[in-house]
Amino acid sequence: MSSAPAVGDRIVHKEFPPITRHRLALYCGASGDHNPIHVDIDFAKAAGFPDVFAHGMLVMGYLGQALTDAVTPSRIRSFSTRFAAITQLGAALTCEGTVTELIEQGGEKRARLALTTKDQNGEIKLAGEAIIAL
Amino acid sequence: MVDQSAVGREFTPVTARVEPGRLRFFLDTLGETNPVYRDGSAAPVPPTYLFCLEMMDAPDPFEFLTALGIDLARVLHGEQRFDYHAPVVVGDTLTFRPRVTGVTDKKGGAMTLIVVDTPVTNQNGVHVADVSRTIVVRNARPS
Repeated sequence: MSSAPAVGDRIVHKEFPPITRHRLALYCGASGDHNPIHVDIDFAKAAGFPDVFAHGMLVMGYLGQALTDAVTPSRIRSFSTRFAAITQLGAALTCEGTVTELIEQGGEKRARLALTTKDQNGEIKLAGEAIIAL
Repeated sequence: MVDQSAVGREFTPVTARVEPGRLRFFLDTLGETNPVYRDGSAAPVPPTYLFCLEMMDAPDPFEFLTALGIDLARVLHGEQRFDYHAPVVVGDTLTFRPRVTGVTDKKGGAMTLIVVDTPVTNQNGVHVADVSRTIVVRNARPS
């Protein structure tokens, strides 16, 4: 950030390409999360799902990327999300973050950000929060 | 079904090293091009990477599910939280100590939420982060 943010400022905004099966396979290897439900359609169907779906942590990884495009990693004090809905194959995600509060905490000035990740239909996949040092 | 007796259960500590090659694979997978992460030996890790390090280097990444008798196919990720206390950079060796801190039934027992809290320390004994995951166990078959 080049200047101090104000409440209401949208400081995080990034769009990502549609999620492919290939991306899920790569993330399986790169993340160490080998749960077959994200890469093996037979396993996913046996578990009651129509197809494989994205790792929640892949989606949170995208949200984290959008966040650290705006805020250098060493300034992030906390980062949390609720996984509101399953992210399907083909989802084109948009990650956004808006300043909701300016606070003094731990001897420093901080901002609270409300974070969302939505798909191309506007459905919220992740709803979260970050606290950043200013 | 998992009940309150699971609260306090601790699992095998995991020690993981932040290796540059593995980190690069993660960055490339997410299409991450931010130069801050590729800035040589003291590069920071992305904000969710602690979750990956623990899974990559755990002898059994799903130990807590097995130990609690939970079928992997019935698990969804409900919530995830990271609190960062000190920098984590390439070359660090981290130790994760996972522990169950909460078990809550939802929807009349159709789902159980399990919270696993994991303090993370580095090679110098510095408490660098706390990682908290909430998993959702689907106790009933989807219709």
